[in-house]
Order: sequence, then structure tokens, then C-alpha cells
Amino acid sequence: MSYINKPKVAHPSLPVNDLGMTRRQYEGAMSTLCAGCGHDSVTAAMVEACWGLSLKPEQLVKLSGIGCSSKTTAYFVSGSHGFNSVHGRMPSIASGAIAANRALAYVGVSGDGDSLSIGVGQLTHAIRRNINMLYIIENNGVYGLTKGQFSASADIGTKAKKGEVNSSPPIDPVLLALTLGATFIARSFSGDKEQLVPLIQAGMRHNGFALIDVLSPCVTFNDHEGSTKSYTFTREHYSPVTEADFVPHAEAIKVNYAEGEALPVSLHDGSRVMLRKLDPDYDPTDRSAAYGYIEAKLKQNEYVTGLIHIDESDASEFHKLNKTAKTPLNAIPFEKLSPGKAALDKLMNRYR
Amino acid sequence: MPSSSADQVRINDFVIKFANVNGTGSASANSLIMKAIFRMGIPVTGKNYFPSNIQGLPTWYEIRVTKDGYAARASHVDIMVAMNAETYSRDIREVKSGGYLIYDSTWPRSALLQRGDITVIPVPLAKMVNENFDGVRNRILLKNIAYSGVLAALLDVDLKIIDSLLHESYGKKPKLLESNSKALKLGYEYVKTNLDSPLPLRVEHLDKTAGHIMMDGNTAAGLGCVFAGATVGAWYPITPSTSLMDAFKGFCDRYRVDAQTGERNFAIIQAEDELAAVGMAIGAAWNGARAFTPTSGPGISLMNEFVGLAYYAEVPCVIFDVQRVGPSTGMPTRTQQADIMLCAYASHGDTKHVLLFPANPEECFYMAVQAFDLAERLQTPVFVLSDLDIGMNDWMCPDFKWDDAYRPDRGKVLSKEEVDKLEKFYRYLDRDDDGIPYRTIPGVSSKGAYFTRGSGHNQWGVYTEDAAEYQVVLDRLRRKFTTASRYVPKPVALGKGNAKVGILSVGSCDGAVREALDTLNHQKIEVDYLRVKAFPFTIEVEAFLKAHETVFVVEQNRDAQLKSLLILETQVEKSKLVSILSYSGLPMTAQPIVDEIRAKLAEAPRLTAVTR
Repeated sequence: MSYINKPKVAHPSLPVNDLGMTRRQYEGAMSTLCAGCGHDSVTAAMVEACWGLSLKPEQLVKLSGIGCSSKTTAYFVSGSHGFNSVHGRMPSIASGAIAANRALAYVGVSGDGDSLSIGVGQLTHAIRRNINMLYIIENNGVYGLTKGQFSASADIGTKAKKGEVNSSPPIDPVLLALTLGATFIARSFSGDKEQLVPLIQAGMRHNGFALIDVLSPCVTFNDHEGSTKSYTFTREHYSPVTEADFVPHAEAIKVNYAEGEALPVSLHDGSRVMLRKLDPDYDPTDRSAAYGYIEAKLKQNEYVTGLIHIDESDASEFHKLNKTAKTPLNAIPFEKLSPGKAALDKLMNRYR
Repeated sequence: MPSSSADQVRINDFVIKFANVNGTGSASANSLIMKAIFRMGIPVTGKNYFPSNIQGLPTWYEIRVTKDGYAARASHVDIMVAMNAETYSRDIREVKSGGYLIYDSTWPRSALLQRGDITVIPVPLAKMVNENFDGVRNRILLKNIAYSGVLAALLDVDLKIIDSLLHESYGKKPKLLESNSKALKLGYEYVKTNLDSPLPLRVEHLDKTAGHIMMDGNTAAGLGCVFAGATVGAWYPITPSTSLMDAFKGFCDRYRVDAQTGERNFAIIQAEDELAAVGMAIGAAWNGARAFTPTSGPGISLMNEFVGLAYYAEVPCVIFDVQRVGPSTGMPTRTQQADIMLCAYASHGDTKHVLLFPANPEECFYMAVQAFDLAERLQTPVFVLSDLDIGMNDWMCPDFKWDDAYRPDRGKVLSKEEVDKLEKFYRYLDRDDDGIPYRTIPGVSSKGAYFTRGSGHNQWGVYTEDAAEYQVVLDRLRRKFTTASRYVPKPVALGKGNAKVGILSVGSCDGAVREALDTLNHQKIEVDYLRVKAFPFTIEVEAFLKAHETVFVVEQNRDAQLKSLLILETQVEKSKLVSILSYSGLPMTAQPIVDEIRAKLAEAPRLTAVTR
């Protein structure tokens, strides 16, 4: 971890967002992760994304489970409520919180152990329930806090620090999410902030469950030769299939996209994602084609990154299916919730 | 008709038991008879002994007609309606000497009719129904209504009331109304034509049920959640708690849907398991909604990890445990009070929880509301420990009352304005010296934002591994539990308070204990009674234990869990406490309480005297 805490005073010339806030005001507590940890880069991308969206800190809710990755929700946007829950169970906390107040932005940060082993049941059901949140998996293939055991995302043949070779097949969260019908699926790399920041922004504005699997190397237990989740291996094998620009609501599209190259996707709040397909044959709106493409590339040891699948129809979003009131449930006055004496007196007659 | 003790007239005081095959639609026929008697002004209790099965296994329903208004199960059967050939031999054995047995004589069972001390009443039910109705399923259903007609004639049940009940059920389905009315008459007329009726055991109009309803505890608890303003319910289906969420949903559909837009002022989530269900309730309550989860023992086991988080991170949450027979899957359709210790100390580490013990559906309604108030006031999980007997059986209760002036106690929740006035907000600081800190709801104020965690934290709400800082918070949580004992409902006391012997009991034992007290009082034995309604125990519990030389602790589990909790959490001398236990899975009856107390007093006659 870093031992130098930055002073809280910001230089007057720092750029501000629409709310007049600097990036520094979106930071959190000092990270206690190892120096060079991929997760800290994801944290930095979160700060950048929230600043760029001009998000009011109190409008954000940060949720996590247990593990190195889950600690990071303390390291960004300290003006937001955070909930570091129990191992593998963050999706249920998120489901309840989202049910209670549909008006806030929810970001969950989890890891490959938290999401793909102990929490795979809750993750899959959160996807199925299609709760409106951004769910980031900081994926490094190992358990850090317990010192380097393989996780369920470890590739066949990858080597542990102490030399053990993994022989069990990995659970790929992107393929999992594709089969479960997630409506926003992306993969990125902690070392590619340019790619990651707009994906986070688009994921937060997507109305439904948005999953971003971020390859985020563990410098202490999984960054050696023979590991398929090291910085070197990831840089050599990651393969962007789309590039995404996030265009906030009401902002005109400034970049000129060549006809046929760009695919604009409108998000429910009016903002847009401008996708540029790096492989002309790739269609991120076609779920089964995306599955085949990712799987084929994985067989060639290529991690396809970018916005892999998007479905903005939002037909199955939790509150839409539940027909939940527009007013957040936690803000409905008691008088509207409790039927009162007259109703009770009348009801009693049905039980005689 | 053969007669035994048939000349002994007994009005409004007897037990009818129906032996049926599960899945044959007998429940509606049995409740038709019970409701008709209730509407005649006569107190009744209904107990359903059903199998963990959809169709085919034996099932029983017991109606106690009780002019004295006893809520407990009776320990005998006066009239057996033996409709299940498979259980016939045991059903006939169960009838009290001098009692009656009604059976379907379409197929003779003469070989089994081997009791001279009861009156056997043959009625060719299947034959009658088959001659009058078509369709296999239809005939099975209507045979039940036909035996209701038989009972109506034998017991002298008011036909007009039965008729109006049938109209209420089938008023919108004329064909069903017609067939049911016809089946009822078949049974009724058969008795009138062929048998002596009514029996000496019969009903007469009384005036003891006005201002009362018949309701089960899960319905009452679900209704209580609606009235308490709960908006988020999360659950995983488990017998015997499922009907609590069914009721909540039914009442929400009735009271919480906007007539114009169809928008719902509630969210019910059927979770993937109980771990997730309680997580959702915690997440929603953390986020400012009143949230709950209903479950039973196995669900509580699964929820343990999250319960510890909610205790330590101080998140309100209401958990209904409708207790069933354990351990493990046990007997899921039988009743017990065996989760007391499980809930009192649920989760790892030093944890203690607030428990509420309803004794009947009426208390399920009021305690559901209290549970939310307590959970939010104390910022901690609150368990409502009902059981299958309360939750799934229909009990006669006084009409529920509601005061429109009631407003929920949301506890120490700071508004944006209140946070703004503070120099800095600290989540776990004991500002009022009652062990209860202040909290903020997400979305309200960035200045009031804090990081909720189950890991070690100090009173400033910051992560810590410092020994002293950790202990400050843990000690405050203990103080908060002491504060809780001032907020929880006080026990119910009965008796003059000057007996040397007391009974201390809990929950659904209440009916059996009260009935036992009546019997003991008739025998001039003075006993005081205290029923605890909550844990932590209040000062009244300590005083009762102190004031009595011997205290019988009546509860429905094998290991005397309430007694154990009293020994652990009060100053009582262990030797003072004598257990009276029932753990068969059937609701407790009064007789064993009477017998055990009399036996003990026979050993030590000086205890029968009063102290003052």
C-alpha cells in the first residue's frame, strides 16, 4: 500500500465538472492494497467516471462483498454511502437497496472469488432479476487476502506463484452473463483507463444490470511468468472488439464517425454510447453471435474486450416488471402505506 | 341407532376430528362446519394436522367446540369423521369412550368395527354422491360437503348459516353453489330419514363470538406488515411461513396498488435462498425502507452470517420465524418452539437479539408492527417467533384495532438539515448514552455518508483493528441490549401474585396454560402465571422469578430452551425452575401441565400455600 496520503486541499486551477467539483472531491479513503494493484486503477477509473458524469456523491451507493476488490468501495467517492457486506452476498444487499430506492445510482464492486465461487448463486440471480446497477468484477484469478489460492476464473494451465498448475476449467463471467440474459456486458483491463472509463459511465446509465469484467492483475500473487492473469500476459492477449465513447445527455456528438463504422446506442436517460466496431463482423446487439465470438477467441487465448453486448429495450428491468411506484418506496408517506382504521374495521368482516 | 352413553347431553363442548386423505378438498368442508359453529356464537378452535405432501397421505383436522373459549388443543376426540380407510384402525382407537364415529359405509368395514363403547354411525356417502353427481374429481370434493351435511344434522348446526356460507363462497359460481347445496342436503336428509338426530353432543346458539374473527397468525402478521408500512418483503418459500408472504402480497394487492396507474407501493422479491432473502431485507432497511423476511428454522440457520452483520453494523431488519419441528428437515408440517436459542444468539461472535413471542394471531398482528418500531428504534434485527400452530391454524381472536394516530418509530435517523448542523457525522457514537447511535439514509446527504461494514470499526465509523477501539463499540452494543429491555413488550401476568408456585411460559403454550390454571383453580390450587412476550427479559420477569419458590417453565421443545435462556440471562437460581415440556409436534394440551404440577405439589405440599 501507499503510505503517502494526499493533502485534501485542491489547487484552484484543477478542472471542475458541471457541479463545480474537482476530481479530488470524488476520491475516497487511501487505498490499503498493494502498490501496483490493478484494483487501484479501477478505483481511479471510477473516480474519473463519476466526476465526468457530474454525479452528486449522495446520489451514488457503493456496494461490495468481501475480498481485496470489495475493499475498494472505500477508496472512491467518500461522499457516498457504502456497504461492505459479507462474502459473496453483495447482490442481495443490492437487490434490497434498489427495491427500497430506485432513484439512486448503484455500483457494486466484487472480485472473482466473491462473484464466481461463494457468490456465483447471488450473481446469477441478480442478473436474472435484472436489478438496475453496475456490477464490476475485478478479476485476477486468485484469492489475495488468503495468499494466492486459485479462484474459479483461473485458466487451465495457469501457474500459481508457488508453481502449482491449475487444471479446472474457468468460469468466464462474460459467457455466464451472456447465457443468463444480462443486458449490458463488457470486459476491460485495469491498465486501459481510456477503454474502462466510458464503459463505467455507460454501465451506470444503463437501465438494468450492467456487468463489467475487468482483468485486474494481482501484483503480489499472480503477476509472474506462467500466469494468464499477469499484466504482461493480459497486455499481449487482450483484444478490443469495440471502442466505446460515452456521450452524456444533451451533449452533441462532436467526433465525426465514418458512416457504417459507428453504432450509436441510446441509453434510457437520453445519453448515448457511440460504439466503433473494430471487427466489422461483430454485432454487440446479437447475444448468441457474441457468445460464439467470445468463445472462439478464448480458445485462441484472446480476451475480447470492449462493450460485448448491449440490449437497451429494458423490458425486463426489475422495477418495470414489478410496476414499482415512481416515488422511491422509502419516500412514500406512511399515510399512503398504511390502510388505516376504517379499512381494518371493514376487513374484519371477511373473517367472521 | 345403538346407544352407549348417548343419553348424556353435552352442549357446545366437544371435539370433532376429521380423518381425510390429503389433496381431496376436505379443508373447505371442515372449515365450513367450523365457521358455521363460530357464527352460531360458539367459540371454536381448529387444528390442522397435515402431511408434507401434495396428495395422497393422511391428514386430520380437529375442531374443538368450546363454550369456555379455550384456545388449546383438546387431548381427546368425541366425534371422529373417519373418511380415510388407510388410517381407519388408528382413528377408531382415538375416539373417547362414549364417543361417536362416522364412516362411509358404501364399502363395509365390519371387520374393523370392534368397539362396543362408542357409537358407530354408518353413512353411505360415496354411494349417495355417485348416484347424484358425475366426474371423479367432482364426486371426491362433494363427498366432503355431504359429510358436512351429515354433521349439520347430527350436531344441529344452523342450516341457514351454512347456506349463507355457501353463498359467500360460491355466489358468483351458480353451478358450484347448486352442487354444493345439493350435496349438503344429501347428507343432511340421510341423517334425518335414517338416524336419530341430533346427537346428545350438539351445538346451540350462544353469544360468545361477537366482536371476534377467525384468522391464522400468518395472515395476521402479513396484515401487520402492511399496516406497519413495510414496503419490501423478501423471502424463500418454506413451510410453515409461506402463507405469511402470501397474505402480505394479497393485502398489498388490495391496499397498495394505485387504482389509476397500477403502480405498486411495495416490492416483494422471491429470493434464490434464505441467505439472499435476509440480505435483501437488510439492504432495503439500510436504505430506509421497512423491510422483512418470513422463514422457519432451516432458513434462520442459513441467515446466521447476515444476522451477525446486521447486528454489528446496526441495520434494522425484521425476521419472522414461524417455527416448525427440527432438527434438520424434521417434521415441516408440525409445530414446535425449538428456535428460541437459535434466534437469541444467532450468528458467530458475541451477538444477542431482540425476540418477540406472539401467543396467537392477534399478537402476530400487533407484534408485526412493534417489530418494525423496535428494529428501527434499536437499529438491529428483530425476530418474531411464531410457530406453525399460531401461523397456520385458524384462531378465534378479538377484532384487531387500529389507531389512526399511530406513526412509525423510525428511530434515530438524521435528516439532511440535522446532519448539516453537525460539525461532522459519526455513525457509531453514543451521543445519548443509551447505546443507540444515529444513522443516515443513503441519498440524503453527502456529509452524512458513511461506510457500513461488518469488519472492525470504531465509534467514529472508521475501520479499526485496535483492541480498545473495538471494545468501545462492542460494549456499547451490550448497553444497547439493556436499553432494548426497556422498549420490548412487558410480560402478561395472571393470578393474584401471592402463590408460592408460578408458571412461566411463552407463545402458543398460552392456551394450554390458561386452561390448566382453570382446572387447578377448580381444585383449589393457587398458581400464578407469567407469559413472556419478549427477549431481552424485562424487570417483571426477574421479579416474578424472585417472588416464587418454584417456577414451572412450560414450553414446546425437548431441551428446555426458554428455561436455559432464563438461567443465562436472569439472576434466577437454577433449582427453582422445573420444566414442563411438549415436543411431539402437536400443539400443547392442558392436561400434562395439570398432571405435572399436581405431581410436584404432592411431593412438596407446602408449596400449595400462598405467601401473603
